[in-house]
Amino acid sequence: MNSATNSGRALPRAGWALVTPALGWTLLFFVLPFVAMGFSSLTAHDGGGFTLANYGQFFTNPAYWQAMVNSLQVTAIVTVVSVLLAYPFAWILAEQVPERWQRLALMLAVLPFWTSYVVRSYSWLLVLAQNGVINRALTGSGLFSEPLQLANTRLATVIGFVHFFVMLLTLTIFANLKQLSPSYRKAAADLGAGPVRTFLHVVLPLTLPGIMVGAFLTFVLCVGDYITPQILGGNNELLMPQLVMMQIGRRGDFPLASALSIILMAVVTIAYLACARWLKIERA
Amino acid sequence: MRALVRIVSWLYAIAIYGFIFLPVVVLVLFSLQATSFPIPPFTGPSLRWYDAVLADTRLTSALVNSLLVAACSSAAAVTLGFLSAWGFARFALPGSALLRGLITLPLTVSYLIIGMGLLVLFNWAGIPKSLLAAGVGHVVINLPLCFAIIYSQMGDHQINIERAARDLGAPEWKVLLLITVPVMAPAIFAGFFLSMTFSWDEFVISFLLTRFDTTLPVEIWNLLRSGLNPKTNAVGSLVFAVSIVLVVFFELMLLRRKPA
Repeated sequence: MNSATNSGRALPRAGWALVTPALGWTLLFFVLPFVAMGFSSLTAHDGGGFTLANYGQFFTNPAYWQAMVNSLQVTAIVTVVSVLLAYPFAWILAEQVPERWQRLALMLAVLPFWTSYVVRSYSWLLVLAQNGVINRALTGSGLFSEPLQLANTRLATVIGFVHFFVMLLTLTIFANLKQLSPSYRKAAADLGAGPVRTFLHVVLPLTLPGIMVGAFLTFVLCVGDYITPQILGGNNELLMPQLVMMQIGRRGDFPLASALSIILMAVVTIAYLACARWLKIERA
Repeated sequence: MRALVRIVSWLYAIAIYGFIFLPVVVLVLFSLQATSFPIPPFTGPSLRWYDAVLADTRLTSALVNSLLVAACSSAAAVTLGFLSAWGFARFALPGSALLRGLITLPLTVSYLIIGMGLLVLFNWAGIPKSLLAAGVGHVVINLPLCFAIIYSQMGDHQINIERAARDLGAPEWKVLLLITVPVMAPAIFAGFFLSMTFSWDEFVISFLLTRFDTTLPVEIWNLLRSGLNPKTNAVGSLVFAVSIVLVVFFELMLLRRKPA
């Protein structure tokens, strides 16, 4: 913002008075907790001095290691499936639906997400349970004699996540498609490209940065989420957030929970750095 | 070819809408039957479980708590966000970019980790779990959002109006209250509305930082221990209905403000 320098008689001291409350809040309730968590992660649960044992446990205990592997696998599956489902949907909304209905179509797609998040996961449980809607339909139609085990599986967790992220990615990809100037497509057509080639060589590459932003958002929100895996996946297979919450809930082990949280955050940061670099290359 | 694309598009869109709507339809449908399990076959309609929800004081007081936490934390977040946005947009502060980055940093961290950090800090400082503690956490997650929205809307044309007011002799506080706040009202409103939504729906921070008095998502979570329960369906449907009414209301307000 270039406005800062020409504000006339404004004094910097007044500026500091305005920004200090927000900065203080962030330092006190965001940075300081982080420092506290860092210290806590370096102490032993039963008192005593400095130790790296909490981090050591993550790397030596295969169950903890497995939770991270599960988290990354689920997140990767969710991200890929959501992008693949959302892109055609966003394309249809942007290209096939008449302009005046597009706003309504988008609002309709967002509508079911105005329930509470906890309730939404529970609703999928109603659909996927042993005696739920899908199993009743399958056994009722005679396709299957036994109900399928759908709830409390990785599949249920993935479905719950994909449900939300298809909506989110549809919004970001739709916005991207609408921003494309129609002249690109006209130029491609003038140069003799058919609709398929125009899409593959013009539209898709131009929307790729938007897809990456959406995919990164999906990754961050998915890898740190506790509700969906806990309600839909159950305890058969633990993901990282469930492992963290388990340390606090059952055993009150704050140091280990802190260490696991910091490891989880480190993974997100690495993903961010990887993504940021990729995006920069894309823009150049 | 064109017709084929159209047919496939229609089928695909219907399938995705079906997928998106399936759980909420099931939720609402089976909240309307009297049996003690919200499963097929449908035997409604009945409002039995809605009566049960409204008679449950734990749920109704959690609802009031949720509204209270959402309103107070959003007001705090939007105030802090507005003041800091104004400060950064109007004054040349050293290290501005870095400090702005610091304020928006919590956006990149998951709620679970923000809640964990506050839990460890409060536990260490001897601060008990309470609605206030959860409210503090909600300001942490919403302040960056309010700041980003309001800061991005502080353009140059507003500066000129502010300068005109100063030239005419208005003191700084009058410029703020009579010029800047009214001009920035849409951004302030958007920040407040979004904060309300996020705070209203937030689970994990409230779960970690409250104990007896708690918010509605945590109380619904407690209901889930009893498995599939039509009461959960009813309370979920009620939340859904209230949200829809609010969204439609805001949407109409925004549409009406736009020149036709």
